[in-house]
Amino acid sequence: MASDPALPSNRLLKLAVIGTLAGIFSGLFGVGGGTVIVPLLIFWFAYGERLATGTSLAAIVIIGLLGALAQGGIYGNVHLLTGLWLSIPAVVGVVAGTAIQQRIPQRAISLLFAALLVAIAIELIF
Amino acid sequence: MDEVFAILIALAGGMAGGLVGVGGGVLFVPALTICLGLSQVEGESTSLLMIVIVALVGTYRQRAYGNVDLRDAAVIGVLSPLGVLIGVAVANEVSQRALELSFAALVLFIAYGLVRRALAPRGD
Repeated sequence: MASDPALPSNRLLKLAVIGTLAGIFSGLFGVGGGTVIVPLLIFWFAYGERLATGTSLAAIVIIGLLGALAQGGIYGNVHLLTGLWLSIPAVVGVVAGTAIQQRIPQRAISLLFAALLVAIAIELIF
Repeated sequence: MDEVFAILIALAGGMAGGLVGVGGGVLFVPALTICLGLSQVEGESTSLLMIVIVALVGTYRQRAYGNVDLRDAAVIGVLSPLGVLIGVAVANEVSQRALELSFAALVLFIAYGLVRRALAPRGD
């Protein structure tokens, strides 16, 4: 799918839109860009759900790193030790989650994602 | 006891990251603020650190499963700061409530699209 040697300009443009939108929503709501990245990769590039979620995580590494550096470096608001120890169960969760994800149908991933979006919408409304 | 809740919520946040490809911040922030007593700003900042760690490990695992397009991810990630600047500028101009309702409408629309697509027949 993305093994073509040169990045066609319309593909680059769409990726740029996804990156910008992900950034806009991070700036507006403090949510990670994943909410935007995953569905747009599925709708615009016909990514399978597994590829969309894996690629989203890789993009989030960069987005989060830029944000954390800005917050930690400029504002000093990051509680390093707390963040590190609480990351241990979170990492256990993500390893388990990715393993489970390989064993369920792709459409189930879409439905889980839709459920998460509905939960976010409810939280935003109330 | 609060630590136990924080650990369970963090576990769930990581699980969500693995299952649906989000960072898990939606869950990390309340774990840090409500359970561990950090302020909202401290919680959001510290959550970013956790998101990076979780996304890094998640990417590593997904890459082993063959589910990562690093080039597309790099383009999205590198261009996101532009959006952050736009988002912050917009947030200062428009009422927070209007933003929340617009975003709620948008994610519901996306959810509808995903469900419709997931229920359509395909080889899977």
